Amino acid sequence: MTFVLEKAAAPAGLRRIVIDPVSRVEGHGKVTILLDADNRVHQVRLHIVEFRGFERFIQGRPYWEVPVMVQRLCGICPVSHHLAASKALDLVVGAKKLTRTAEKCRRLMHYGQILQSHALHFYHLASPDLLFGFDAPVAKRNVVGVIAEHPELATQGVLLRKFGQEVIRITAGKRVHGTGAIPGGVNKSVTHAERDELLPQMPQILAWARGAVRIAVDLHRAHQEEYDGFGYVRSNLLSLVGKNGDLDLYDGTLRARDADGGILFDGVDSQNYRAHLKEDVRSWSYMKFPFIGSLGADLGWYKVGPLARIQNCDRIPTPLAEEARQEFLARSPGKLVHAPLAYHTARMIELLHAAEVIDGLLRDDDLHGDDLVAKGPRQIQGVGIIEAPRGTLIHHYEVDSQDLVTMCNLIVSTTHNNQAMNEAIREVARKYLDGKEPTEGLLNHVEVAIRAFDPCLSCATHALGKMPLVVELRSADGALVEEIVRE
Amino acid sequence: MAPEKKKLRVATASLAGCFGCHMSLLDLDERILELLKHIEFDRSPITDIKTCGPCDLGILEGGVCNAENVHVLREFRKQCKTLVAMGACAVNGGLPAQRNHLDVRDCLQDVYLVGVGVSRGFIPNDPELPLPLDRVHPLHDVVKIDYFLPGCPPSADAIWQFLTDLLAGRTPHLGHGLIHYD
Ligand code: SF4
Repeated sequence: MTFVLEKAAAPAGLRRIVIDPVSRVEGHGKVTILLDADNRVHQVRLHIVEFRGFERFIQGRPYWEVPVMVQRLCGICPVSHHLAASKALDLVVGAKKLTRTAEKCRRLMHYGQILQSHALHFYHLASPDLLFGFDAPVAKRNVVGVIAEHPELATQGVLLRKFGQEVIRITAGKRVHGTGAIPGGVNKSVTHAERDELLPQMPQILAWARGAVRIAVDLHRAHQEEYDGFGYVRSNLLSLVGKNGDLDLYDGTLRARDADGGILFDGVDSQNYRAHLKEDVRSWSYMKFPFIGSLGADLGWYKVGPLARIQNCDRIPTPLAEEARQEFLARSPGKLVHAPLAYHTARMIELLHAAEVIDGLLRDDDLHGDDLVAKGPRQIQGVGIIEAPRGTLIHHYEVDSQDLVTMCNLIVSTTHNNQAMNEAIREVARKYLDGKEPTEGLLNHVEVAIRAFDPCLSCATHALGKMPLVVELRSADGALVEEIVRE
Repeated sequence: MAPEKKKLRVATASLAGCFGCHMSLLDLDERILELLKHIEFDRSPITDIKTCGPCDLGILEGGVCNAENVHVLREFRKQCKTLVAMGACAVNGGLPAQRNHLDVRDCLQDVYLVGVGVSRGFIPNDPELPLPLDRVHPLHDVVKIDYFLPGCPPSADAIWQFLTDLLAGRTPHLGHGLIHYD
């Protein structure tokens, strides 16, 4: 089976509309839509168009380089890759359990990352659509427009993100592409002086974070019916779940639910992800299509990320965020929420949770310890799974006796949402585009649906492919630098 | 008070980069608000302008890894009076250039045919996917570049220094501490 609107029955002669690049998301992607003479929609696809080959060129590198290398997959959530790789390599160096200081420093780094990434997405990237409308003029529909019309809100967004970035700087050495985690632990702990830079800011950060949840909830309520149906896509859910069913973004076991909330699997150790998850390949995207193996590619796809996580866990272990979650769930009792635009509220609930976790960690003296690294019997492989801002992130490595990486498999958060994003934009196309002349404003509706998932297309471009084409690359003075011919 | 100067029109894009350099630009934090008094954005990941119009300044992150990157790079060179290579990837290819010693065909097979957990594997080949180049190139392999900002990513302070120099009409100069090659 292919999915409805995935493939036009007779593509010849159809008009091709392209949204290229998809903007206000991280990374590179485009959408193509095929229309007939009456503007009926026949095909809609989100393509990931770039290859960077990380999985391949990591092979042959010494394992201790990996946590620093792989974060260059993505500058928005480098910490996620840094930590997922470190968690996988903890097992390779035999560190089954980290020291308390190492684990808490890493958690602090990770929740700093969640806070900054969620703030960036909501305030800098998505809010223009929600504040000004999906078909507001292009000139206004961006963060500069938000700064002009809602300066207070925009400033809060900038400062929330700044705080998250400062947490990362203090735990990782610098804001983007730091080095804090190493296989088996961390290379530094947090000093009292560093804590004192951050802790006094917490009351303000917590207040803004609570406000952020309010803003997201109010924006959704103001357009309840439209937002609930927008790009609606029912699917299974997947995430890590911590001890006692708590939301835990740093560690846990895998749990999946079906679209009605029934448990598909639970308590799956990260080392066994391969027994449950498979990946499909389609000719038109470099991003693979993961699915739950037992259900097959057609039925087994799922959503990850904030909307999945806050409904997959049994509770959030911090009071303010749990209260917001209960309020969120109470709006559709007994039914899972599948509306992509509800991701925004879920994301802000997690932002509040991240602020509460950071507040707790900054008061914990374990942060200042000097027992940084654990070791044990060397192993040949390890899997590290973490809940990155955008969802479940899987890093899997094998390392030989020379300490060189021989195998690397990455399933990044955005890839898990591949099918769901494609289904969401097909739903939007059916509802808003079908039979109409596509205007810029209508096409932005498609992007609004993609943005809801907060995709990181940078992360998703680690694979590579080929095309039947000839390309000549000439330097500024006309000399031939490279010529490629592919049949 | 001096009459308000015309704002500098600035386009930015990420080619084969990780967006970390754009993150560093946003790491200007509150200084962004100050900057916006002097510049306006054309095509950029933070606006919905999809093609680059005539601009005073173009800032590009990432190297060149496929035909699409070549196209965007040439568009920027044509439209922007001054073109800046921001970050290690743009300056010398950066980490993605690690694939330059590998055979593209082998990589393809590794990832899409025999990869862990791949079912029904084959190699994506739709005409919508731009041709990957055999090697990742720095920007100056393809067009003339006016300024290079090294670092992975360059720090927000380095970007700030660069932009304020440029806005003041000085030749940008990054002193000790701002130039770094990580
Ligand atoms: S230079 Fe570094 S931060 Fe910038 S795009 Fe390249 S890898 Fe990312």
